[in-house]
Amino acid sequence: MLTWLSLLFLALFSSAAFMLGKRRAVARAGGGKRVLHSLPGYYGSYAALWAGVPAALLLLMAAMFGGQVEDAMLQAQRPAAVQALEIDRQDVFFSDARAIAQGAAPSEIAYEGELKAALDVKVAEARRISALIRYSVLGLAAVLALAGFLLAFPRLSTDFRARNKVEGWVGGLLMACSIAAVLTTLGIVLSLVWESWRFFQSVSPLSFLLGTEWSPQIAMRSDQVAAEGAFGAVPLFAGTFLIMLIAMAVAAPVGLYSAIYLSEYANRPVRATIKPLLEILAGVPTVVYGFFAALTVGPLFRAGFNSLGAQLVGGPLDGIGQYLMQVQNQMALVAGVVMGIMLIPFVSSLSDDIINAVPQSLRDGSYAMGATKSETVKKVVLPAALPGIMAAMLLAVSRAVGETMIVTMAAGLQAKLTANPLDTVTTVTVQIVTLLTGDQEFDSPKTLAAFGLGLTLFVVTLGLNIIALRIVQKYREQYD
Amino acid sequence: MPPASPDDSVSAPVIRTAAPQAQPPIGEIKIRAKDVNVFYGDKQALFDVNIDIAAKSVTAFIGPSGCGKSTFLRCINRMNDTIPTAKVSGSIEIDGNDVNLKSVDPVVLRSRVGMVFQKPNPFPKTIFENVAYGPRIHGLATGKAELEAIVESSLKKAGLWNEVADRLHQPGTGLSGGQQQRLVIARAIAVGPEVILMDEPCSALDPIATAKIEELIDELRSQFCIVIVTHSMAQAARVSQRTAFFHLGKLVEAGTTEEMFTNPRDTRTQDYITGRFG
Repeated sequence: MLTWLSLLFLALFSSAAFMLGKRRAVARAGGGKRVLHSLPGYYGSYAALWAGVPAALLLLMAAMFGGQVEDAMLQAQRPAAVQALEIDRQDVFFSDARAIAQGAAPSEIAYEGELKAALDVKVAEARRISALIRYSVLGLAAVLALAGFLLAFPRLSTDFRARNKVEGWVGGLLMACSIAAVLTTLGIVLSLVWESWRFFQSVSPLSFLLGTEWSPQIAMRSDQVAAEGAFGAVPLFAGTFLIMLIAMAVAAPVGLYSAIYLSEYANRPVRATIKPLLEILAGVPTVVYGFFAALTVGPLFRAGFNSLGAQLVGGPLDGIGQYLMQVQNQMALVAGVVMGIMLIPFVSSLSDDIINAVPQSLRDGSYAMGATKSETVKKVVLPAALPGIMAAMLLAVSRAVGETMIVTMAAGLQAKLTANPLDTVTTVTVQIVTLLTGDQEFDSPKTLAAFGLGLTLFVVTLGLNIIALRIVQKYREQYD
Repeated sequence: MPPASPDDSVSAPVIRTAAPQAQPPIGEIKIRAKDVNVFYGDKQALFDVNIDIAAKSVTAFIGPSGCGKSTFLRCINRMNDTIPTAKVSGSIEIDGNDVNLKSVDPVVLRSRVGMVFQKPNPFPKTIFENVAYGPRIHGLATGKAELEAIVESSLKKAGLWNEVADRLHQPGTGLSGGQQQRLVIARAIAVGPEVILMDEPCSALDPIATAKIEELIDELRSQFCIVIVTHSMAQAARVSQRTAFFHLGKLVEAGTTEEMFTNPRDTRTQDYITGRFG
């Protein structure tokens, strides 16, 4: 509340600085329009930026990190009575102290005797610290705002390059935004690495990467030590790969061919109808595809395979027939096919844009040589669009690898090392979800395994992307 | 709307007009266009064009922008088929066979009538593959050796062989603009056409590259019927034996280049050639 109020005041002060700066510039110009180096607004903006931005940054930082500073100061001294408690209880004690100080509801633990006295002391201390931080931040912000204004205001003269300076600020803002994205990525990667490192302390990386057995549930039981082979990730990656292959086998040809049809063969009204329809497919939530897979496609495939099996039983292919009779609803094929359908609009829409970007002059050149439409598409348009199409395919692959919902619902949860598309498999993302859903403690190998999987998946997709970029670059160098 | 007729000249005596039909005799006729009209949607781009184009010579189409000369050029190999809204009427005969008949396959037609465009448009393939493209799709070579021979002779005819012989398998897009344009000409030659259409082939090139292309056009004239659209009057004068002047979708006048430039029969031609409009 106080932060918002002070930000509001700061905004008012900054606006005032804008008006004053502008007025000063105009006054300095003395009515001559071309005397000023920049437009008057830039002088105002310059003053306003110096008055507002540093103080605003300070206020925001305080709002974000003030609580943590408060915590640290409060916990710097721990009374003996508190130190006698367990670590967990100590944390509760301090959070109660802060809660009472701020007038919020504390936990339901009753404090007595020495602890009660210590709590009262800490409550008073928390109030003091909180007030100290709050008012010192406010004071400092006011000083910063004033200092900024006083720094900027005297500089405003007719040949002061206000426009260049203001544009410098804008450039800085833009850079800060792009750095924010980079830093976030870096943070995610670091947290992945950190948690994975913790995981790899209890499970050796070798047995994780090369182990062929995945059963994290066994290791969770407190009376058992994590069995060495229980965290073998190979079946998960094999399952991911299998489903990705099936999905791409569906999405790549269908998506690419529909893109070729749309961009080269379809006339305008057909294109205007089909393209939005295809893009609606892209807007269907994946969970919908998931139950479409589990409730419609799965039983359909099962019925098909079962009746096919029934025909084969007793014949020369009896063994296969027996197997097909027992196929269940959940199988890699169903998940892969439905995921492929999900990816069709993705592939076709991207490829369509890329094919359309191939210059018409190339097509004309080919037609003028007496090439037919299909020769032109095959030999000129597609080769020219190939780098883009490959990029589209790889984007589709990374979506297939990262997709979770469809596989959870249609492919089962059982980690099996198999290349049989009629078997149930599970994928990396599905296992991450099952490991982390529900209340979990983040210190058992079971939950930390999620980070190990995430890191490995990240490395794999990163590697894929790098290889893809390399191929695309090589191709570009040759033909651009 | 009919083309300028002698009646017009009576009603407006100030303007000299020439009847396009009254063209001076030309030896062997390769292409004969009769009453060609072209519409793009509702807009009429060409009005009753009648022209004879001589074999084994260069015919230049000149005229201000938007006068329909490129449109007419694209009728000759039916490239207007690729534009959905374009509609062509009348007849264009090559060796007496109308190319606009339904029974004519544009794919076959275009193997006989090559085309070179304003901007060099080599395919994103190697130099060799660019030239081999036509022979491959038309099945002109039975073996690798024959294909290589076709590529070599085409590149030689296009005057590019000496410059690219040692880098046939590098991308065609890596050549300079002028080289690219000669590569495209070699590509067109490779299928053994009878007619080569050139749509402002030098407008994207520098003077030196332009001079090379013009030289090439002059050499090719002994084997092909060449029709070139150009904005440059000087170029038309340099490379062509016959010239046709288009204005506002109509063929105003056609004749030998010498006559057109020294003694035009129509005042519009004269005005355009002397730079008074256009």
